Amino acid sequence: MPLYHTEDQAMLADTARQFMADEGAIARQLRHFRDIGCKDGFGHTLWKQFAELGLTGILVSEGDGGLGMGHVEAGIVLEEIGRNLTPSPFLTSAVMAASALADASAELKGRYLPGLLSGDSVFALAIDEGKKHRPERIATRAVRSGNGFSLSGAKDFVVHGSSADMLVVAARTAGADDDAEGITLFAVPRDVAGLSQDAVRLVDSSMATHLRLDNVQLDADAVIGEVDGGREVLDRVLSAGRVGAAAESVGVAQGSFDMTTTYLKQRKQFGKLIGEFQALQHRAAHLYSEIEIARAATIKAQQLLDAGSDKADLMVSVAKAKAGKAASLAVKEGVQMHGGIGMTDEYDIGLYMKRDRALAEFMGDMFYHADRVAKLSGY
Amino acid sequence: MSELEAFRQEIRAWLEENCPPEMRQPVHDEDDICWGGRHFQFKNEAQKLWLTRCAAKGYTVPDWPQAYGGAGMSPAQAKVWREEMNRIAARPPLSSFGIWMLGPALLKFGTEEQKVHYLGQIARGEIRWCQGYSEPGSGSDLVSLQTFGEDKGDHWVVNGSKIWTSYANKADWIFCLVRTDKANKYQGISFLLFDMESEGVSTKPILLISGYSPFCETFFDNVKVPKAQIVGELNRGWDVAKYLLGHEREMISGAGGGDRLTTIGAVLNRAGLEDPLLRAELAMFDVDALAYGAMGEKFLDEIKVGKAHPAQPNMMKYAGTELNKRRYELLMAGGGSASLEWESEASDGGSRARGWLRTKANSIEGGTSEVMLNVISKRILDLPGA
Ligand SMILES: Cc1cc2nc3c(=O)[nH]c(=O)nc-3n(C[C@H](O)[C@H](O)[C@H](O)COP(=O)(O)OP(=O)(O)OC[C@H]3O[C@@H](n4cnc5c(N)ncnc54)[C@H](O)[C@@H]3O)c2cc1C
Repeated sequence: MPLYHTEDQAMLADTARQFMADEGAIARQLRHFRDIGCKDGFGHTLWKQFAELGLTGILVSEGDGGLGMGHVEAGIVLEEIGRNLTPSPFLTSAVMAASALADASAELKGRYLPGLLSGDSVFALAIDEGKKHRPERIATRAVRSGNGFSLSGAKDFVVHGSSADMLVVAARTAGADDDAEGITLFAVPRDVAGLSQDAVRLVDSSMATHLRLDNVQLDADAVIGEVDGGREVLDRVLSAGRVGAAAESVGVAQGSFDMTTTYLKQRKQFGKLIGEFQALQHRAAHLYSEIEIARAATIKAQQLLDAGSDKADLMVSVAKAKAGKAASLAVKEGVQMHGGIGMTDEYDIGLYMKRDRALAEFMGDMFYHADRVAKLSGY
Repeated sequence: MSELEAFRQEIRAWLEENCPPEMRQPVHDEDDICWGGRHFQFKNEAQKLWLTRCAAKGYTVPDWPQAYGGAGMSPAQAKVWREEMNRIAARPPLSSFGIWMLGPALLKFGTEEQKVHYLGQIARGEIRWCQGYSEPGSGSDLVSLQTFGEDKGDHWVVNGSKIWTSYANKADWIFCLVRTDKANKYQGISFLLFDMESEGVSTKPILLISGYSPFCETFFDNVKVPKAQIVGELNRGWDVAKYLLGHEREMISGAGGGDRLTTIGAVLNRAGLEDPLLRAELAMFDVDALAYGAMGEKFLDEIKVGKAHPAQPNMMKYAGTELNKRRYELLMAGGGSASLEWESEASDGGSRARGWLRTKANSIEGGTSEVMLNVISKRILDLPGA
């Protein structure tokens, strides 16, 4: 399959670009909800609009009422989200939670998919434990109790946790903390007894929580997939989140880069446009290369995931690491090349820097993923 | 089975039958590369057989039209061809400046006669070409070149000199930038083809830091070039030259170049490396290399259907060559003192150290990295004054 968008995908990209540039623009969404101190950190009206376009069901199979598309298509939407810094639960709900629910029982699907498809529900993922993404190690326990399970443990960096109607929780039903096997995924409703969340606003104005589970009682039908066999589902959810975050990072990089090159063509110093200085030109041209390469790696990873290739794991980590590297360079160069104005809250370039920082941590940073590339390559 | 899948089966079967086992070994040194030409010494029978068999089917230039010695493959078929070649680690049957550089320029700018004549020779590996662009005073600022062709009615008389002419002493013909109008800088250059055995052509090899001397100073002393041997219009050679440079840069970038830019972490770590900082550098390199591999694939896919930015080969060359230099730095570090050996048999005559030094030219030849960045600034980013 060629590494560019098909005609259908290009059409989707046009729609997503227009939609996000109009409705998801920085002033209308990110700044607005930040400035009013919104507890969700995003707008529900926009989320409903995502649903009206069918986008909340982009990864939901047609049989289940969704669009039945793949990671390439989800990535198209995410790149536009990144470009406009549009705050939304798309990545957590429509990409990651939807990937988990794809493996769920008809009963669970029936309980949660309609809300996703209509844009009434928001979902979150409770995977990380501690400050860094280390999903190989899961200490949260789920022990059999009554006709179900009792969950106890602590989770961090639960993005949109306090806005979520349902949280996908990765817990351990067997084995030691570091075992690959013995994981089970649960669909946990927000209002269940014993679940508490401490909401925190992050540097990019998005909201996350520290989550605690104290003997949270769940029926057996809350299990997504197989008991003890959740690692496979979790890996799929992680891949979806990682490649999705990579696509969003590419958008962040591109948005920041476009702002920066525009500025290079406007700002004058020493009687010249600053874009005439070769020192800046070369850095801009280098950055251009890095962004192009990151986008190629991301599309490759999306295609491999959609094709179910056994090389997908490796390429997903390559994409997450490379996109993270490119975006990090883009926002740093962006601020620097704007000079003093780049440090002001009034100017958008700093917002890109903040969003990049949060995305970089989400689902593993470039160091985690470079290490994973090494391990998958046998060293 | 789709048509393309059937094609893949056909190619796979043909390769299985026709690619000699010796031609499925990694390329070690210059000798392993088949350059073709009048005086080419085949290293062994297998090399010769492989060239002959491929040339007969048009597989030395699979995507050129059949009328000009190619196999007329579509972009999708050519991709299958590359994938199947890579699958069995087959060496290219023929490598040449004719294939990478002159061929594409002739396909675009040549007359029908020129195409049939020169492209056929290139495809069959009969004539080896060299590139006469750079001059002592004109490197990055190529358009300032001085080699002059005086109009003598039915021919030009060319005087001047070129430098850094790769393999000039081994080449049969040269494609050469010659000034034909001194009053006009850009529109005063013509793109001429001539035989290196013409009277008045001489070459002098230059020794490189790697210890090899694959490039030369090339001198022209009243060389007669018939008028039919011009590509494109008189004084419009710069257009041809630039178009050719795009292809040269694409080639040097290593896009789709099989194993040239693959990962190295696993290779080096098999040798028992224990340095965690080196491992970290290798992992970061492998991320970049695999990402660049995807870029190469995307670039080739896009260029075949006209979706790539016309200046994108400059980006590819910049990124690919900087990556290859980094690769060799890491290979040297991973090899430790063993990689310093220059002559020993164990080091295969110092192949790693020599290879490392050779890569330093990647970001100079065909336009320097700085020039690539200038071109990206100007043609892709549209930055002012660039
Ligand atoms: C191995 C090898 C093989 C070659 N083969 C051939 C061949 O077959 N045929 C042929 O014609 N040529 C060949 N070349 C020549 C090659 O194309 C030139 O070396 C190259 O174009 C650079 O020119 P130069 O060496 O004169 O360097 P210069 O142009 O003098 O450059 C010196 C330094 O200045 C920098 N610089 C120059 N201009 C600018 C600018 N505007 N902005 C910023 N920095 C600048 C350069 O990047 C470089 O770092 C080969 C070179 C090598 C190393």
